[in-house]
Amino acid sequence: MDSQPIRLLPRRLAVGAAALSLLAASLFSHVASAEVNTTGLAVTDSEVTVGILHSATGTMAISETGSIQAERLAIEQINASGGVLGRQIKVVQEDGASDWPTFAEKARKLLVGDKVATVFGCWTSASRKAVLPVFEKENGLLYYPTFYEGLEQSKNVIYTGQEATQQILAGLDWVAKEKGAKTFYLLGSDYIWPRTSMKIARKHIENVLGGKVVGEEYYPLGNTQFGSLINKIKLRKPDVVFAAVVGGSNVAFYKQMKAAGVTADKQTLLTLSVTEDELLGIGGENMAGFYASMKYFQSLDNPNNAAFVEAFKAKYGKDAVIGDVTQAAYLGPWLWKAAVEKAGSFDIDKVVAASPGIELGTAPEGYVKVHDNHHLWSKTRIGEVQKDGQFKVVFESDLIEPNPFPEGYQ
Amino acid sequence: MEWLSEFGAIAAMQGFNGLSVFCVLLLMALGLAIIFGQMGVINMAHGEFLTIGAYTTFVVSSLTSSYAPAFGPYYFFFAIILSFFIAGAIGWLVEWAMISKLYQRPLDTLLATWGLSLVMQQGFRSIFGAREVSATLPDWLMGSWNPTEAIDIPRNGLFVMGLTLLLTALLFLMIYRSRWGLQVRATMQNRVMARSVGINTKRVDRMTFALGCGVAGVAGAAFTTIGSTGPTAGSLYIVDTFLVVVFGGASSLLGTIASAFSIAQAQSLLEFFTSGSMAKVFTLSAVVLILMLRPQGLFSAKVRK
Repeated sequence: MDSQPIRLLPRRLAVGAAALSLLAASLFSHVASAEVNTTGLAVTDSEVTVGILHSATGTMAISETGSIQAERLAIEQINASGGVLGRQIKVVQEDGASDWPTFAEKARKLLVGDKVATVFGCWTSASRKAVLPVFEKENGLLYYPTFYEGLEQSKNVIYTGQEATQQILAGLDWVAKEKGAKTFYLLGSDYIWPRTSMKIARKHIENVLGGKVVGEEYYPLGNTQFGSLINKIKLRKPDVVFAAVVGGSNVAFYKQMKAAGVTADKQTLLTLSVTEDELLGIGGENMAGFYASMKYFQSLDNPNNAAFVEAFKAKYGKDAVIGDVTQAAYLGPWLWKAAVEKAGSFDIDKVVAASPGIELGTAPEGYVKVHDNHHLWSKTRIGEVQKDGQFKVVFESDLIEPNPFPEGYQ
Repeated sequence: MEWLSEFGAIAAMQGFNGLSVFCVLLLMALGLAIIFGQMGVINMAHGEFLTIGAYTTFVVSSLTSSYAPAFGPYYFFFAIILSFFIAGAIGWLVEWAMISKLYQRPLDTLLATWGLSLVMQQGFRSIFGAREVSATLPDWLMGSWNPTEAIDIPRNGLFVMGLTLLLTALLFLMIYRSRWGLQVRATMQNRVMARSVGINTKRVDRMTFALGCGVAGVAGAAFTTIGSTGPTAGSLYIVDTFLVVVFGGASSLLGTIASAFSIAQAQSLLEFFTSGSMAKVFTLSAVVLILMLRPQGLFSAKVRK
C-alpha cells in the first residue's frame, strides 16, 4: 500500500491533462454542438462517434483486417492532432462476419442505434450492395475502400478505391505499349467484379488497342485446380494473361503456374487482384516478374508514404504489409475530416455537399481529389512482383478521372 | 509437323493434369473415406483437419528457416509425418470428447462437427491471424520437370502423386490385410456382434477416427504445395471430398478410387474443352444423374437383401 502515493500522482496528472484537453477542445470548437449537429447524430462537445463495419471473422477477414487497421490508425492520428472540429473521434466497431445480411443489420444498428456521424466499411461489392439501401434510407454516410466494378454512384457513399476503368485501362495501355501486346487471355473468378472488369477490358482491347482476345474464362470461387487452364494458356500463347482471380484460388493459380513452368521469362501476366496482402499467401517467389495494376504499392517512393508505412509498422509490427485497399481505407477518415471541416458541420447532407472538390495532398498514394461522382481522381501504377513479396513500381500514369459509368464499355 | 509435336506436348501435359487432379481428389478423400465410409460418421470438420496439416507445415517451415536453415531441403518429409500425428491426436481427442457420444445419431453428428469446423476456423484465425500464410517450399518441389523441351511436368504434382500412391497402398494393407483392419471392418458391419467376440469397439472407433484425421493432416501438408494456407483453406476442399466419397459408394475404398478417377478425368477434360465454371456444372450434373440411377454409388458393399 505504500506505493499508493506514487501511483496517485500520475493519475492526478492524467486527470488534469484530460481536463485541460477538454477545456482546450471546447475553446477550440467555438461552435456549440447544437449548431454543428442539427440532425441528432452522436456528437457531444468533446466527442464524435463514427462506425467501422468490416468482417473481423469469416472468410473475408483475410482481406478486411488490413482495412480495419488502416482506419483505426488514421483515426488515432486525427485524434492526436486535435480531432475533427475540436472533437475526438470515438469508434464503434461492428463485425459483418463475411455475411451480407449481417452487414445490413449492423449498418442499421450503427446508423439508428449509435447515430454515428459516418461509417468506414465494407469490402466486397456484395456487402456494399447489402448495406446501400440502409444508408440511403437512414441517410448515413459510408466510406468504401475497395477497388470495384463501378456502375454505381450513391449520394450516401464516397468511394476511396478505384472504379474499374481507372484500374484497367491504364494497365492495358501500358502492356500494349511497353510489351507490344496484341493478344490477351482474360481470366477471373466467377462473380460480378471480374466479369464486369473483363467486359471493360475486352471492349478496350478490341475497340481501342486493336488487339485480340484469344480466351476468356471464369472459374468458381474457391477453385483449386488450374492445370487444364494453364495448358490452354500454353496452347493459345497469348502475349498477356490478364487475371482477376481472388481468394484461395489466387494462391493455387500462381503456385500451379510456377509449377507448370509458366514464369515471367516466358509469359507476361498482368493482374488486378494481387496486392501485398495476397502476396503473403502466394509467396513472392511464385509470382516474381508478373505485373499488377493498382493505384498504390507499399514501395511507393514519396514522403507521405514513408511516414504512413512507418506509422503502420510501428502500430502493427515490422512484418505488417500494406496493400492497395488498406491505403484506400486509410484515406477515408482523412477525407471525412476534411469534408466536415469544410462544411463546418457534422450533418450528413452538408458533409456530402462539401465532399466534391476535397483535395488531399497528404495521401500516401500522392495527391487525390474527390470528384462530383463521389469517386477519387487517382493515378494508376504498374508494379512488378519481387521475390520478397513487394512490388517495384515500373510505371505511373497521370491523374485519372473516375468514370463509374463508362460509355462504350458496357 | 511442328504443330503436331506441340499438340502432342499439350496432350501429354493435359493427360498428366487429369492424373494429378485424380491424386489430389483421392488424397483429400482418403481420410473421409475411412471416417464416413467405414464408420458412417459425417465429419463436416474434415476440411479443418486438412488445415491443421497445412499450418503444421507452415510452422515447421518457419522454424526450419529461422533455426536450422541447413535442414531446409528435407523439412517437408518431417512436416508431413508431424502433420499426421498432430491431426491424428486432435482427431483422437475429438472422438473421445464428442463423436463417441453421438454414434447412432448421424444428424446430430453432422451439426456438431459443422459447429466444430467453425470453432476450429476461428481458432486458426486467433492463433495464426486472419491473413493467409505461405510455407517456403524446398527448391526440389518447385518448378517443373522437362522430359522434352515442350513438356513441363509440375514437380509438386509428381510429389502429390507419389504420396497418394504410397498412402493408398498403406491404407489398403491396414484395412484389408491387417488384424486391426479386420477388427475395424467387423465393428462397422455389426457393432454388437463384434463386441461379443471380444473386440474393444470403443478403442477401434477411436483409432479409426484418429487415423482418418491423421490422413487428412497429411493431405493438408501436401496441399501447401498447390494451394493456400489460411483459416478457411480446408473449406475449399470439403464439397469435392464428400462428392468423391458419396459418388464412390460410401463403404468401399476401391469405390473412392474409381470415383476420384472418373470425376477428375471428367473435370479435367471438360475444363480443357469448355470453361472452368461450365466444367463444374457438367460434372456435378453427371454425378447427380448417376446417383439418381444408382443411389448406393459406384461400388457398394455386398449385403444380403
